[in-house]
Amino acid sequence: MNMVVCVKRVPDTSESEVHIDGSGKGIDTSRLSFGINECDNYAVEEAIQKKEALGGNVTVISLGDKQSDEVIRMALAKGGDDAIRLEDEAFAGSDAVAVAKALAAAVKDVEWDIVFTGALTDDDGYAAVPVALGEILGVPFATYVKKLEVMDDGKKVKVGRELEGGLMEMVEMTTPCVLGIQTGINEPRYASFKGIKQAARKEITIKSASDLGLDASDCGEAGSWAALEQFTPPVVGEMAEILEGEPDETAGKLAGILKEKGLV
Amino acid sequence: MKDILVLMEHRQGAMRDVSLEMLSGAAKLGGTVVAVLLGKDVDAFADKAAGLADKVIYVNDAMFENYNSRAYQKALEALIAENGPGLVLIGNTAQGVDMAPALAVSTGFPLVTDVTAIEMDGDKPKPTRTFYGGKLNAHMNMKDADTYILTIREATFPADDPSKSGEIVKTDNPVSDDLSYRQFVEYVEPEVGDVDITQSSLLVGVGRGIREDKNLPIVEELAKLLGADLAASRAVVDAGWLPSDRQVGISGKTVKPKLYLAVGISGAFQHVTGMKGADVIVAINKDPDAPIFGIADYGIVDDLFKVVPKLTEKVKELKGA
Repeated sequence: MNMVVCVKRVPDTSESEVHIDGSGKGIDTSRLSFGINECDNYAVEEAIQKKEALGGNVTVISLGDKQSDEVIRMALAKGGDDAIRLEDEAFAGSDAVAVAKALAAAVKDVEWDIVFTGALTDDDGYAAVPVALGEILGVPFATYVKKLEVMDDGKKVKVGRELEGGLMEMVEMTTPCVLGIQTGINEPRYASFKGIKQAARKEITIKSASDLGLDASDCGEAGSWAALEQFTPPVVGEMAEILEGEPDETAGKLAGILKEKGLV
Repeated sequence: MKDILVLMEHRQGAMRDVSLEMLSGAAKLGGTVVAVLLGKDVDAFADKAAGLADKVIYVNDAMFENYNSRAYQKALEALIAENGPGLVLIGNTAQGVDMAPALAVSTGFPLVTDVTAIEMDGDKPKPTRTFYGGKLNAHMNMKDADTYILTIREATFPADDPSKSGEIVKTDNPVSDDLSYRQFVEYVEPEVGDVDITQSSLLVGVGRGIREDKNLPIVEELAKLLGADLAASRAVVDAGWLPSDRQVGISGKTVKPKLYLAVGISGAFQHVTGMKGADVIVAINKDPDAPIFGIADYGIVDDLFKVVPKLTEKVKELKGA
């Protein structure tokens, strides 16, 4: 059972302020930390668990500049075997479909039964890569996958897709297939010290758009469904009444409000 | 303006709200609103759709008894080719997201997902969506095309009362492909735990800001003192710190307590959808731009590890008094 897992390096904005930069199309990343996209971390774990159970090879692929090597190496340290990084100025401004086209071109030279991606990314949140990739490759696909069972010697998979309200939709598909992995499907491991040392020595193959046989019209904004025109701060409704002061004061004010409302 | 095709979503014998919301929103964009209903013996949904659409294309076939994204994709490909709509609206739901990107690839028409607002520039939509978990709005410029596909976030448009009586056109199933490579098996209902948070009158919601499960006792102590149950954001459940039946949001539960005290929760749309109906919402978060403050009644912008123990102390004093 050979697998590909696609990972993306993203800024962690979950608990940080996000400021629009001067261009209006980007953000100020100077005070943000970066790491692997959250769903992708679960996708890596799922691929490695299946490899450990069934044997085979895990190829890690990422589209990004040299800084993406850190997330690739972490996936290698956890049990990935090979790595490819797709880097080209032509990829700038790619939306989900342009990314999917590049990934589709990259996996053509790799032997695989399942391609894993995250179901969505923490930055743009398009949630369209796995399904677009499956269609481009002409194989079955499913996204929001929160359960995966390999059946019939790897000829089929049974996946549980997470629907609204915690309902799970079970579907069976033939392989090869593309699966978009949702968070919570497993417990991602930490890399071992030994794994990290070994991963540091592994080669990461770099491929450009032309190496992948892509035309300029397939890449970046030209190859995308839509281009980002401008960021604006979100329109917030009526803001909360912010209680000001030191923790002692704010906690006291809040306790008073709860009492007044009969909630204490 | 060309027609707007709107895909009706239903599951387990119920029409999903997003279907009627999209029909209502489409009516305000101008153009003829055509509902597409794929299902097995769902005549009642056709009637419901007709109340908000100018026309309902109803394909009644066993193939559509349960959702199968491939069957839906193939049917939409055929119906788009036949009707030549300017715009196709699909719910940005677990169903829609599993199909729309493939439809866009196979038809060659551009797609923007998770749309929260639409303006029209002639026949071309100018969609807005969010980036970075709702911290920024992104205004998108779509590639010029004959047909544009958008997936629409739930609750983007209010659902109007029925005001139309669209013609229901029963249509033969246009799909003859062999779809056996992907088959629906069953639905699995979520597990039931010890506490039903949908019935709780007071909830303390815990988010990513709690950092580690060993920090949970500080919120547990406060919750116990208030007589509240603990609820959680997705991140906390994914990490295994609280069981999945405590999860609030689109993929968890919808709650309507008297008090929802959000601790270390940023307030991503997926979570907020599940708790915005609470009578009083209080948020404690160190990020002043956290979207949770946009829906909370009261907020404290500070480190939860400083504020929560103090709050516990103060509530204790009040209770003792």
